[in-house]
Amino acid sequence: MTLSNLPLLSMLIWTPILGGVWALIAGDRQEETVKFFSFGVAVLTFIFSVILYCEFDTTYAGMQFVEETRWISAFDIKYHLGVDGIALPLIMLTTFTTILVILAAWEVIYERISYYMCAFLILTGLMNAVFMALDAILFYVFWEAMLIPMFLIIGIWGGSNRVYATIKFFLYTFLGSVFMLVAFLYLASVAGSFNIEALHDVPLNLTAQKLIFVAFFLAFAVKIPMWPVHTWLPDAHVEAPTGGSVILAAVMLKMGGYGFLRFSLPITPDASLYFSDAMIALSLIAIVYIGFVALVQEDMKKLIAYSSISHMGFVTLGFFIPFSIFAATGSSSGAIMGMEGAMMQMISHGFISAAMFLCVGVMYDRIHSRMIKDYGGVVNSMPIFAAFMMLFVMANSGLPGTSGFVGEFLVILSSYQASFWIAFAAALTLILGAAYSLWMYKRVIFGDVIKTDISELKDINSREGFIFVLLAIVVLTFGIWPAPIFDIMHVTVEQLIEHVLQHKVIG
Amino acid sequence: MFENMENIYLIIVLAPLVGSLIAGLFGKIIGRSGAHWVTIIGVAISSILSMVAYKHHMFDGAEVYNQTLYLWLSSGGIDFEIGFLIDPLSVTMMVVVTFVSWMIHIYTIGYMHDDPGYQRFFSYISMFTFAMLMLVMSNNFLQLFFGWEAVGVVSYLLIGFWYKKETAIFANMKAFLVNRIGDFGFLLGIAAVLMTFHTLDYATVFANVGDHAETTVMILGDEPWSLMSVICICLFIGAMGKSAQVPLHVWLPDSMEGPTPISALIHAATMVTAGIFMVSRMSPLFELSETALSFILIIGSITALFMGFLGLVQNDIKRVVAYSTLSQLGYMTVALGASAYSAAMFHLVTHAFFKALLFLAAGSVIIVMHHEQDMRKMGGLYKMMPITWLTCFIGTLALIGFPGTSGFFSKDAIIEAVHHSSLYGSDFAYYSVLIGVFITALYSFRLLFMTFHGEQRMSTKTWKHLHEAPAVVTVPLSVLAIPSLILGAFLIGPMLFGDYFGNSIYVAYSHDVLSEMGQDYHGIGGFLLHAFKHPLVLILMSSGIFVAWLCYIKFPEFPEKLVSKIGFIHKILLNKYGFDDFNQLVFARGTREIGQVLWKIGDEKIIDGFFVNGAARSVQIISNIVRNVQTGYLYHYAFAIIVGLLVLLGVFVHGILN
Repeated sequence: MTLSNLPLLSMLIWTPILGGVWALIAGDRQEETVKFFSFGVAVLTFIFSVILYCEFDTTYAGMQFVEETRWISAFDIKYHLGVDGIALPLIMLTTFTTILVILAAWEVIYERISYYMCAFLILTGLMNAVFMALDAILFYVFWEAMLIPMFLIIGIWGGSNRVYATIKFFLYTFLGSVFMLVAFLYLASVAGSFNIEALHDVPLNLTAQKLIFVAFFLAFAVKIPMWPVHTWLPDAHVEAPTGGSVILAAVMLKMGGYGFLRFSLPITPDASLYFSDAMIALSLIAIVYIGFVALVQEDMKKLIAYSSISHMGFVTLGFFIPFSIFAATGSSSGAIMGMEGAMMQMISHGFISAAMFLCVGVMYDRIHSRMIKDYGGVVNSMPIFAAFMMLFVMANSGLPGTSGFVGEFLVILSSYQASFWIAFAAALTLILGAAYSLWMYKRVIFGDVIKTDISELKDINSREGFIFVLLAIVVLTFGIWPAPIFDIMHVTVEQLIEHVLQHKVIG
Repeated sequence: MFENMENIYLIIVLAPLVGSLIAGLFGKIIGRSGAHWVTIIGVAISSILSMVAYKHHMFDGAEVYNQTLYLWLSSGGIDFEIGFLIDPLSVTMMVVVTFVSWMIHIYTIGYMHDDPGYQRFFSYISMFTFAMLMLVMSNNFLQLFFGWEAVGVVSYLLIGFWYKKETAIFANMKAFLVNRIGDFGFLLGIAAVLMTFHTLDYATVFANVGDHAETTVMILGDEPWSLMSVICICLFIGAMGKSAQVPLHVWLPDSMEGPTPISALIHAATMVTAGIFMVSRMSPLFELSETALSFILIIGSITALFMGFLGLVQNDIKRVVAYSTLSQLGYMTVALGASAYSAAMFHLVTHAFFKALLFLAAGSVIIVMHHEQDMRKMGGLYKMMPITWLTCFIGTLALIGFPGTSGFFSKDAIIEAVHHSSLYGSDFAYYSVLIGVFITALYSFRLLFMTFHGEQRMSTKTWKHLHEAPAVVTVPLSVLAIPSLILGAFLIGPMLFGDYFGNSIYVAYSHDVLSEMGQDYHGIGGFLLHAFKHPLVLILMSSGIFVAWLCYIKFPEFPEKLVSKIGFIHKILLNKYGFDDFNQLVFARGTREIGQVLWKIGDEKIIDGFFVNGAARSVQIISNIVRNVQTGYLYHYAFAIIVGLLVLLGVFVHGILN
């Protein structure tokens, strides 16, 4: 049996889920065992994703490693999985992030550690499944199931106002996804199948496309989130424990982006074209408006949450700019660049936002405050931490040589081909991103020590150092040499662009 | 030994990086001397190999080297690559950067001797050298932008090196943000280049530039703009940030909060000249846009003249030198605007040496005075610090353009070039740089007199402890003094009027002021003689020195009287024309106000308050109303059934009737 014969995708879903169930059964009495076990499961899952990467054929645009079994025969719903060049990087991001959050919880979570590990492992399996599902109903089930562990993570280990935040989070995202389900049901009635690839080729008239687009939009725009349906995110982040924030920012937001690529664009290309100007406008508002809002935040987690929204503006901009570029230049070169830049932005934001939230987590574990005003002069007692955070702050403001630069650079370059003014507005992030990131860093890290508890801070320990080293390596590697990520997605993105730029309107 | 130049170029770039990483990551283990040895060896290797490369290209006539190192990424059919372009322009920069950096590494041993962040400092300046080399050796816009931002970050880290100092950490953030405003324009310029040429590779862009000379684009309304003007002005905005041209100059004086060695290396000799280098590198583009050239000319002359005035009222020794740097960068920019790229590069080279020298001399005074920077508390130092005095004197002569020094040749060339230019704005530029000569001489000699001559204004206790700086300080000073004095005479012939730059700088025939000047050029003797035959510049310069002598040696009470008479002008100058206050009020405060409004009103009141919580409230209100219907009384329900039945029957009957 060779590696490629293994049901790798199922292994990526069920290994963490079964691991999580075991952790739950083992319970808190065997705390140390549960921790090491969970770490082992996370590493194993990551290794599976590495094998997946190695076995992945970068020259083939379609779905690979496909698994298909009947699930609910009555409605022709299948357990149907597969990955392409868009899903693979996101799966690797998920499995990588899981290792980080498990390590981040090590000495920090005292209460119900086995439940905590269980929630994260199950969440990992579900998130992997979302990126792999090729059956719309299967996708929907995983998509909703994912909310439950996240809901519990914020609700159990969250901050003081966690109830408001969880309900807001749940209702917001749930409301969005209900419309998505309706759209799926309608589509299946037309296509006669829930197979997502079949849905891509379903001919639809413009009105139907518009309605479906709006339904999808409600689900994905909330998730990613886009302005103006973004206000759940800062609240959720503020109340979530560090690990929850990391997963939320690094992976869950990308579900929205993935949804646009997997559903909105290929299923409703004409409606996407029709709404593309509005989507571009919303993206630019996210980049600029939210940039200003981030600047005045007093809570570090809120600041990073707003910065995430602003960065996600580049993702949606890159997804919807191809129409304008194609209209302006008649060539798909810039369109591909914009979309690949947006994909890169998703991956890179996964690393950087994880790093930023972990930085805040490290300080929060010591001082128990997220407020900027409670800090000042941290560098004096935590120089190594300050150096790491400097790197991540710079990456967050899109410094060349870090992964944060690549996506923004490509999206700005390509959007210039659509219009000078779109590029102009998007490039404002260069100033705003640097302003809010560095101003926060200045107030928190630099300066003289403002009070005694800061002078008594202990610098990061080897566990925290290890997490930061991992993140620093990926942030720098993909900044200096992003080509590997692009190699994975080239053919899939090219095929997608080709599909999206064709009309499928009937009648 | 030259068959494998590629490896040599790689070592030139990587040696400082390796040194920096070792000193930065293992600083504790290798200790202070370990850190300075490893970085100095790194940059020394880089410097010596740069000289080898210089010889290879300038004397042995090697071909231009233009090779890709690796593929960064490829997207949409466009390859973004990292690679080196080694031609006369880049080897010149490489030698200047690595040599000045090397001297400053050595000097730092003395200057930072007692600083707890010793290893960190060496790590940063080596990292800077790496980033600057990436910038100048690049063969494409992507890597240029990488180096461009990377030097900005290191500059940020170094200005805020003393992170406990509130002024330092304010200054470094300001520097980074102002530079980002420039980079904003720069990035748009790069985007325009990519869109026009479908590549970011210099050679391909320059080869195809002719096809787009007449292309126009619509940006605002239906007015057609020349594409080349848009590209060039966007790129130049980047240069305005990095090379501190008005109005993006505001960060440079504040950057003096950083330790003096980096003021010399980054904020005088190398990084701030990146903009000048960049425009010279892009000469094939800029030559196609007279609009952009005029814009550059005017911005440069404003900077050259008005920043010089500010140098007159400063009492902080470093700030005087900083304003003189601004003014000299203005001179270089003026030369660019006049299409005298070679003259700009020439001044860049000589300025790198004499300005680094002046900063290091100022630093030498500052350490000996125990970190006192106020010139009003100095005076008469020449007796105690003869080497510092002499080298500073040489640097000052070069700065004011005293005949025969390096600065004389490069500055006179710029003045002459502007005089020959016929572009819009060249007259204004000519008078600005002329008046600038007087101002430069005045503030430079003011510095020299206030610091080294006249009465001793420090306490006797301080005076007794004064001594010459240690050898690690005086040796770099002396080494830098030599090129400040003589380099100009060697370079002027080949660089301005010869074939020094080969094809790396392109000048359109109609703009070629230097070749016009070259017709009258007959060796350095003739050039000197010309200056004496048309002595306007020399008269301006000597009157500057004379006025300085009158004001600060002969009648030292006179400046104060003058200030009391024209207080308001003095105030304007002290307020730096109000740029800082304006930026603080409009930009710094304005953006925060906008942020507050968008957050508190946009997000919290409208989106959350009205829509989100409003939706929740509506559900509550509606359900409250609907709940009233469910009373539990049977007769209510029976009544509802009857009403419903009647309504449905009515509809049914209505339908039948129609």
